Amino acid sequence: MKLRPQIVLFVVIALTLVACKREQRRFRETPPAATASNAILMSTLQPGPAVVETGMRNPYEDNAYAVSEGKRLFDQMNCSGCHSHGGGGIGPPLTDDEWIYGSDPQNIFSTIVEGRPNGMPAFRGKIPNYQVWQLVGYVRALGGLQGKAIRTTRDDHMMFKESEQARDKGHPSPTFVPPTSVKQ
Amino acid sequence: MTASRSRVHHVTRRCAVRLAPLALVACTGFQSALDPKGPRAEAVARLHWTLTAIATVVYVVVIGVLLFALWRAHTRTPVAEEHAYHENPDHAAVMKRGVIIGAVATTVILATFLVVSVSTGSTVAKVGGDKPLRIDVVGHQWWWEVTYRDPIPQNEVKTANEIHVPVGRAVLIKMSSSDVIHSFWAPNLSGKKDLIPGHETITWFRADAAGVYRGQCAEFCGHQHAQMAFFVVAESRLDFEHWLDQQRGEAKRPADSLQQAGERVFLSGPCAMCHTIAGTGAGGNIGPDLTHLASRRTIAAGTLPLTTGNLAGWILDPQTIKPGVKMPPTQIDPQSLQALLAYLGSLK
Repeated sequence: MKLRPQIVLFVVIALTLVACKREQRRFRETPPAATASNAILMSTLQPGPAVVETGMRNPYEDNAYAVSEGKRLFDQMNCSGCHSHGGGGIGPPLTDDEWIYGSDPQNIFSTIVEGRPNGMPAFRGKIPNYQVWQLVGYVRALGGLQGKAIRTTRDDHMMFKESEQARDKGHPSPTFVPPTSVKQ
Repeated sequence: MTASRSRVHHVTRRCAVRLAPLALVACTGFQSALDPKGPRAEAVARLHWTLTAIATVVYVVVIGVLLFALWRAHTRTPVAEEHAYHENPDHAAVMKRGVIIGAVATTVILATFLVVSVSTGSTVAKVGGDKPLRIDVVGHQWWWEVTYRDPIPQNEVKTANEIHVPVGRAVLIKMSSSDVIHSFWAPNLSGKKDLIPGHETITWFRADAAGVYRGQCAEFCGHQHAQMAFFVVAESRLDFEHWLDQQRGEAKRPADSLQQAGERVFLSGPCAMCHTIAGTGAGGNIGPDLTHLASRRTIAAGTLPLTTGNLAGWILDPQTIKPGVKMPPTQIDPQSLQALLAYLGSLK
C-alpha cells in the first residue's frame, strides 16, 4: 500500500504537538493559598480514625522548563554549597539511590520546606511554593527519577560530571535504612 | 452628508498634522543614534550621513539613467536600433566607454566607503581622554549590574540599571554576562558591544553634554529582552562626585518604627534571598543591589518609574508586569507591605 503524502504530513504535524506540554512555560503562578507542606504527614501514626493520604503530585512533573528553572535555583539558592551539583559533600549526594527522607515529590518538598536535622536548612517563607516544586523536579531529575526527555542537559559552567540526561534511570533503594541519629 | 464628509476630512487633516512630526521623533531625543552627544556616537552618525548621502546620489543617478534609457527607447524605432548596434562600430565604442565608466565609478565609490568606515572604526576604537573612569557592567536576564571599582574595597559602589558619569570624561566599561549574550547600547553615546558569558569585553564612551540617555540591550536575550533598559546620567563633575559619595557605604538605618518593621520584613522574608542591602544581613547576589534603591529613577530595568505604587505592584506580582522575570510574586499582608515600602523608600 502506498502512503499518501497528505496523511504523512498530517501525522508529522500532529507529532509536533506531542511535546507541547513538556515545554509549557507558566510565568504567572497563582499564589497558592494553602501551603502544601501542611498536607504532608511526617509519620504514618495518627490519632483518631485513619486519614486517607491526599496523594500530592508535583505540578511540574513532566515539564522541562520547570526542571530547568529548578536547576537555576539549585545553584542560586546555594544547594550546591552542600550537595555539590548533586554529588554530595557536606550534605548527602542526590544522584545515588539512597533517599534518607524519601524520594517522592512530597517528601522532597517537605525536606526543602521544613529542613532536616543535622544541616538541611528550612526554606519555609524564603522561596515561594512553586519554586520549591521546581526544585523538587530538578532534584528528582538528578536522581534519575524524572523521564529522560525532561531532564536538563546544559551546564552554564564547565561540565565536570555527566549530564543529567546521560544518567541511567534511578531506582530508590527499597532496602536502604537511614542512619540512626548522630551519636553525641 | 456634506457636513459629515467635511468633518471626516477635518479629522484626517488634523491626524496628519499631528502624526507628521512623529516621523522625525527618531532623529532627536534620549535614545537616538542620530542625536549624538559624544565623540563615538558623533563618528558613527557622521559615517551614517556620509554613506546615506553617497547612496542617495548613486540612487538618483542610476534611476535617472534608467528613465532616460526607457524614454529614448520609446522615441526611437527599435528595429533600426538593433541593426545599428551590431553593425555600427561607433556604437560599440560608446558601449565600451559606458561599461568602463560604470566599473571605475563603482570601484571609486566602494573604495571611498572602505576608507570612510575604516577611519571611523579607528576613531571609535581610541579611548578619547586620559584617566578614564572605570566601570564594570554585568548583564543579567533582564537587568544590568553596575560596579564602580575603587582601590579601597569599601569605596566600591554597586548599583543597577543606572550609570552616572561626569560630563567630558571618558568612561571605560568592562563587561561580562552572567547567563546569555547581551549587548550594551546607548545610541546617543556609542555603538553596540556584546556582553559575553565567561569573557570580558571592553567599550568606552564620553558624554559631552549633560542629560539622561536611555540605553537598551541590543542582542535578543529571552522573554524580557525588550524590557532590559538602562540609563546613562551625565552630570557635572561635582554632581557626579556627590552622587558617588552618597552611593558609597551602608544603607540608611530605619528612621522610625514603621521603617524598622519594614527592615524586619525584608530580612526575614524571601527578599533577602536574592537582594543585598549593605549594612544589614541581606547579602543575596541574584537580584539587583538595593542599598540605595530610592535614589534610582526606575525599577525593573527601566520598566516602570520608581514610585511607591509601582514598587508595591512590582513586589506583589512582578510576573504580570514583566512576564518571565526571575523575581517571584511575594505573599505579604498589607501591614507588612506598607512597612516594607516605607523602608525601601528610605533607602536613598
